[in-house]
Amino acid sequence: MRLIIPLAITFTAGMIMILNFFIPHQPFRLLGDNLQEWFMIVASGAIFLGAMNLMHVHSRKIKLKLKNWKYSPVTIIGFLLMLVTGLIYGVTEHRPFDYLFMNVVAPMGATMFSLLAFFVASAAFRAFRASNWRATLLLTSAFLVMLGQVPIGAMIWDKIPLAKVWLMSIPNTAGQRAVMIGAAMGVVSTSLRIIFGIERSYLGGTD
Amino acid sequence: MNNLSTFLIFLLLFAAGTAPADNADQSESVVTEAAEEFRVQEAVDLEASDTEEDAGGSVSLTWHMEIAGIIPDSLGIMRSDPSGGEELIATLPEGFVMYNDESVDNGIEYSYWIVSYLGGTVEACSDRAVAVPSAQWIYKGRIGMLIILFLMAAVIIYYIESGKKGKELFIREIAGLEAVDDAVGRATEMGKPVLYVPGIADMDDIQTIASMVILGRVARKTAEYGSSLLVPTSRSVVMSVAQEVVKEGYIQAGRPDAYNKENIQYLTDDQFGYAAGVDGIMVREKPAAIFLLGTFYAESLILAETGRSVGAIQIAGTAMPSQIPFFVAACDYTLIGEELFAASAYLSREPKLLGSLKGQDAAKLFFIILIIVGVVSATIGDYWSPLKSVAEFLRKLVTVN
Repeated sequence: MRLIIPLAITFTAGMIMILNFFIPHQPFRLLGDNLQEWFMIVASGAIFLGAMNLMHVHSRKIKLKLKNWKYSPVTIIGFLLMLVTGLIYGVTEHRPFDYLFMNVVAPMGATMFSLLAFFVASAAFRAFRASNWRATLLLTSAFLVMLGQVPIGAMIWDKIPLAKVWLMSIPNTAGQRAVMIGAAMGVVSTSLRIIFGIERSYLGGTD
Repeated sequence: MNNLSTFLIFLLLFAAGTAPADNADQSESVVTEAAEEFRVQEAVDLEASDTEEDAGGSVSLTWHMEIAGIIPDSLGIMRSDPSGGEELIATLPEGFVMYNDESVDNGIEYSYWIVSYLGGTVEACSDRAVAVPSAQWIYKGRIGMLIILFLMAAVIIYYIESGKKGKELFIREIAGLEAVDDAVGRATEMGKPVLYVPGIADMDDIQTIASMVILGRVARKTAEYGSSLLVPTSRSVVMSVAQEVVKEGYIQAGRPDAYNKENIQYLTDDQFGYAAGVDGIMVREKPAAIFLLGTFYAESLILAETGRSVGAIQIAGTAMPSQIPFFVAACDYTLIGEELFAASAYLSREPKLLGSLKGQDAAKLFFIILIIVGVVSATIGDYWSPLKSVAEFLRKLVTVN
């Protein structure tokens, strides 16, 4: 029973979504739309679970003085500050919540994003080492693409931008499409496995 | 001479008589043009049709506006039903050329016309168009997809049955999955935790579902080996599911006492906030093994490079084509696209799951053949028309609308 009920729910929900994709007629469309709405409602409700988990984990860390507990008050204060300003003053423009979001949250997000530039450089340095013929091929392609992207590439040789376009639109697109087709096969196969109850390890067992 | 004089007089009189007549024609045409100019634009070519591929209860209207004339302030969509009742169903701003009437009943014939308003009064009226709304039973543009789905399901079921009967199924080695045990073992030996990052998508993403399935296997291994497993999540629903999956893994391994709910924690929904949080865990906890499996976007390299900097063995996997190169560059092993979805079957070695994997491979072979036939047909089709129709058929088969 512990397995049958979740499997029955999974099968029913999965089949409804498949039928909804192929059949526009009622009741399939209505059922499909309703299921998607239910997910949104469940996900919205689950935000409280997340918030409670956050508070619980960090307050426990502070209470028991666990390793690195000193970071936890920062998290809790930040969380409560945003929550209280949002609840009291609203989240519209020129309110304290908006001020905190625009001047604290957004710049911190941008800072994290900007780190990507440095990480790309370090990863590229490792990836582009000409250790074997494949890596050399990668290095040459990357060099041509980068050179074709900037004006100096065309100044060196006017065919370099054309080579860049060819590399990006032919071999690169072919590779990406191969990955996408393979992934699509995987998605269909995994979905069928889960819907038909063949894959049930997420329920804690295969029996 | 007399005759000549008479002729000249007649000619003069004729000229005098025709001149005002020309002037009258000209002024008549000016008046007509002016009237055209002052006439309010009318909707023309009004077409009403049942909205295609829907559940019924909808009529689609399309029209054009006359080019000459005064632009109306707004347009009114008028409707009448067989009972004769006329009603204004919508008022649209000037410039609209289509409208969907969603307030109709199936099987009833409705008549539509459009009126042009200027200064609050009706100044022009279009011809009428009629339509009968109805519901359709299938999306025509998805029939090809349905056929392919049936074929795939049939092949997968065939191989599952073969697997159940004990037929030997060869599955190629996937290095990233072979390394899962080693990674967990390494963490155990070093006395450091295992960090599992399930991506930033919610549970409605198939990659997250696949990731949860692998998490169950990893949780069982960590429970068996006695290592600590940390799972920071960016979605509350994923956190709840991960808690249950890890708990089940620990129960399966016979170590329910070792399960620590606090190790599966929610960080934030914010993309870079989550990246910062996970980076912080990596730097502070220094995990020996890191799994990055699921949906990742721009944060993929930030996570993978930080993981590398703390010396962890990293196994990554995603079906996001744009993030795969980053993982390949920064991680020890990468599951590329379909390998992420194959992980569960590969790790469990259960015949049923392996059968489905084999079926997936057979379907892929089918698509490879389809692509080759399509490419050859499309290329040669330019010179030999029968092959062009083959290419066109294949294109229709695989196009989803």
